[in-house]
Amino acid sequence: MVTQVTSLARSGLADFLIQRLSAVVLALYTLCLLSFFAANDGLDHVQLAAFFGSASMRAFSVLAVLSTAAHGWIGLWTVGTDYLRPHYFGAQAAVFRMVFQVGCGLLLFIYVWWGIRLFWMLPGPA
Amino acid sequence: MQVSVYRYNPDVDDKPRMRDMSIELPEGQDLMVLDLLERLKEQDPSLSYRRSCREGVCGSDGINMNGLNGLACITPVSQVAKRGKLALRPLPGLPVIRDLVVDMGQFFDQFEKVRPYLINETPPPAQERLQSPEQRAELDGLYECILCGCCSTACPSFWWNPDKFVGPAGLLQAYRFLADSRDTAGDERLRDLEDPFSVFRCRGIMNCVNVCPKGLNPTRAIGKIRGLLVKQGT
Repeated sequence: MVTQVTSLARSGLADFLIQRLSAVVLALYTLCLLSFFAANDGLDHVQLAAFFGSASMRAFSVLAVLSTAAHGWIGLWTVGTDYLRPHYFGAQAAVFRMVFQVGCGLLLFIYVWWGIRLFWMLPGPA
Repeated sequence: MQVSVYRYNPDVDDKPRMRDMSIELPEGQDLMVLDLLERLKEQDPSLSYRRSCREGVCGSDGINMNGLNGLACITPVSQVAKRGKLALRPLPGLPVIRDLVVDMGQFFDQFEKVRPYLINETPPPAQERLQSPEQRAELDGLYECILCGCCSTACPSFWWNPDKFVGPAGLLQAYRFLADSRDTAGDERLRDLEDPFSVFRCRGIMNCVNVCPKGLNPTRAIGKIRGLLVKQGT
């Protein structure tokens, strides 16, 4: 058993399932957006606000933001632990990896905070 | 034929180099790469490589031939040479001891981690633990591994995390015992593999399948281990 404190769930199985479930959510969200834009030509701001402001779309959008963050963290954590290693970066590898992971974590946190704020602040349907 | 061979003797050389050698191949005959190495060694007795059975059973002579891992003894020169040129390198990702000889320590450390032996605490029967033909068939495609290391050393995940990722060879053996009806340590074995590295660092690129000289499929075994982990965890 290899333990790593910085992985999302500290369990490979949980990370594996989160990554796949979040991918399904993102695929469904993309399909939902594509079908909406394909079915509605010449959209104006009022229509877009009504679409994204509906309760179901708000919840779906927040879920998509959270899925992106979870999916992104697991992927970037994997990239960091694969590439930022002493073989390439010498004795400073652990420092590089820490900086990279803190940077990624911070960016994803800002993204989630901004995304939730954005979708929650949308005006509801008239 | 032009053969470029990786040379490195840590007692003498500062760094590895590729040495070009030329060799006349017999007309109308397709040598194996091991035969070629034997002839090169006649030219330069200091050339080092491992070999033993010379028939693809012992797994000693795994090397990298024109970028593809394989067993030198069962790989025809015609299969790997390109435009009359052949580059021979040690298996990638493992420390080189000398020339084409690598230190397999990390590979066998990972192999040891999966406890590649039958665990059954129940009292043994008088003669042997029996299996049905169907239960025995579950082990086909798993038990044939000869531990040559071609698969694990073709795997980038193993290059990057050889101390944490078990690698395709070790995981094939892990599943060989998980699939064995006589083994009773399945839950324990799965618990040991559940972390983010041991199994889940496999990205499924199937380099292992591409190079296995015995035609085995470690990626499928890894998928089955993941399936068992999901079943156990849900």
